[in-house]
Amino acid sequence: MANGVAIVRVPLIAGNKSAADVTREVTAALDAKPSALWWGGLALSSSALLLGVVAISYEIATGIGTWGLNRTVGWAFDITNFVFWIGIGHAGTLISAILFLLRQRWRTSVNRAAEAMTLFAVMCAGLFPLIHMGRPWMFFWMAPYPNMRGSLWINFRSPLVWDFFAISTYFTISAVFWYVGLIPDLATVRDREPGTTRSKIFGFLSLGWTGSFRTWHRYEVVYLLLAGLATPLVLSVHTIVSMDFATAVVPGWHTTIFPPYFVAGAIFSGMAMVLTLMLVARSTMRLQDYITPQHVDAMCFLVILTSGFVGLAYGTEFFTAYYSGSPYEQFAFYNRATGPLAWGYYIMVACNVLIPQLFWLKGVRRNLVVVFIISLFINLGMWFERFIIIVSSLQREFLPSAWTSYRPTSIEISTLIGSFGLFFTCFLLFCRFVPVIAIAEIKGVLRPAHGSHPAHDSYSGYSEEVNPE
Amino acid sequence: MRGRLLVSVFEREDDLVQATIAARKEGLEIVDVYAPYAVHGLDRAMGLPPSRLPWVCFLLGLFGAVTMTVFQFWASAVSWPINVGGKPWNSLPAFVPAIFEITVLCGGVGTVLFFFWWAGLRPGLQSAMTDMRVTDDRFALALRQTGAGFNRSAVDSLLKRYHAVLIEERGDAV
Repeated sequence: MANGVAIVRVPLIAGNKSAADVTREVTAALDAKPSALWWGGLALSSSALLLGVVAISYEIATGIGTWGLNRTVGWAFDITNFVFWIGIGHAGTLISAILFLLRQRWRTSVNRAAEAMTLFAVMCAGLFPLIHMGRPWMFFWMAPYPNMRGSLWINFRSPLVWDFFAISTYFTISAVFWYVGLIPDLATVRDREPGTTRSKIFGFLSLGWTGSFRTWHRYEVVYLLLAGLATPLVLSVHTIVSMDFATAVVPGWHTTIFPPYFVAGAIFSGMAMVLTLMLVARSTMRLQDYITPQHVDAMCFLVILTSGFVGLAYGTEFFTAYYSGSPYEQFAFYNRATGPLAWGYYIMVACNVLIPQLFWLKGVRRNLVVVFIISLFINLGMWFERFIIIVSSLQREFLPSAWTSYRPTSIEISTLIGSFGLFFTCFLLFCRFVPVIAIAEIKGVLRPAHGSHPAHDSYSGYSEEVNPE
Repeated sequence: MRGRLLVSVFEREDDLVQATIAARKEGLEIVDVYAPYAVHGLDRAMGLPPSRLPWVCFLLGLFGAVTMTVFQFWASAVSWPINVGGKPWNSLPAFVPAIFEITVLCGGVGTVLFFFWWAGLRPGLQSAMTDMRVTDDRFALALRQTGAGFNRSAVDSLLKRYHAVLIEERGDAV
């Protein structure tokens, strides 16, 4: 009865595991004493977080004058960090929603962690517009609520308002998607060791999940619907982020290529961050059987693809500027490649377009230390991409007498470090307290080691193999 | 419709699916099937109708879209029109992003809430199936023992044919 594909294909999960093995191995991390490496990481990241808290408290108490912004460069580190973090989040949704719709079964090994990464990255991202408001305690003015000022409604024609709707919806839907995916695993942990405090907490959160197939049946529909909603949502979020720039008249920003360019860049940077996190988690949490070289390969291919998009966009921008005949547009790109921030521009091109090409080589993809290092370079390059787009465009606009330079203050740098601290602190806590691998989904893809059901993912009929004896 | 349940436990997915098909063919009432993951094909084996949740999602999304469209027109053109860069009061294209986001928000969150409601999931609810390992590696089939037509020994032998490792009677509370 076996079909050819199932025999030829390398199993997604190595080690010929049973469902019980999966439960035991994934939940082992919840019981094990944290390693010295984990404590070291937590100490480092929580210190960074603390630094960020101090910097932000000082900034809120004193004002945005503590940043290096000036009248010409009104957006710099803050918005760079915002776009950087929101972009990181996009890979999590790509893995959880888009690859689900495309029936890429390898996603099951990484989707839980990637979605968690999305949540934490969106938290970091949301922080920056909030503190950039100057009076963050007035943030609710962004929402259209009946107020004592008229009611004076918000301006629905503003991309910044669109951004508010996009980011808040994105965070909510990502959180809901993540939680729904987590419910069966919460029940698994609950049933593992009845009576313990953890079992009680997880029992409360698992909403009385029994594993009933009537519920599973609805659950699958809900999961599919959420994936279907999250897919256009994730595209819309970075499209709207890019419109923050594209609807302005600043040369270097005012281009129609921005939405696809930003979405591709977001997924590119996010995949790099997924690789960074998962390669560390894989070796420190002994998940080698779950995240196999096959998974790393698939993610590297996505990096190559999106790196190609990003490279194409860089080239197109220059061509459009040249072909437009607009001297301001031409100067913006001339300035980008030869002006005071040219060093940043070449870091961005090298990290985002040239270095990822190494992933074409199988030897590079199989050497996980090299993959890890390349993923760090991509993270760096994508941060610089946003910095260059924002600062190099603003610092030399139409009016030469207004040209200036920009230098981040220690407060801005500390805030950036603090956002990394927040991200990694959350992620380390997540690794300790939540199953990092979607247990129930993994059990669903164990097939080759678990019976002989043919063509499992094609929903093909069981009826012809009903064999009463 | 009261009656005790007969719960049988299986170790393999295929046994469970085939036992379910066989039980249904025999005319036994399948109360529920329990599995650690979503077993494909089991919905057809149990004869479950397609879920109505896609309709819920569509209607809630539509509600969000219509509400947000009307609200933006009202706020920008009726309640307090403000001239922004000479743009018309009813600048529909500029309203699209917020309409889209609210559509997704209503559709997504609302569908999940309906799912919890229909599936009877709520915080603090105790699971009655914690001792069967059905959230770990086993599968369970719960049949209702109804009336005189229910021949226990025939059902037992049917379940054993599909390698049921445990067959036990339970109250109705599963």
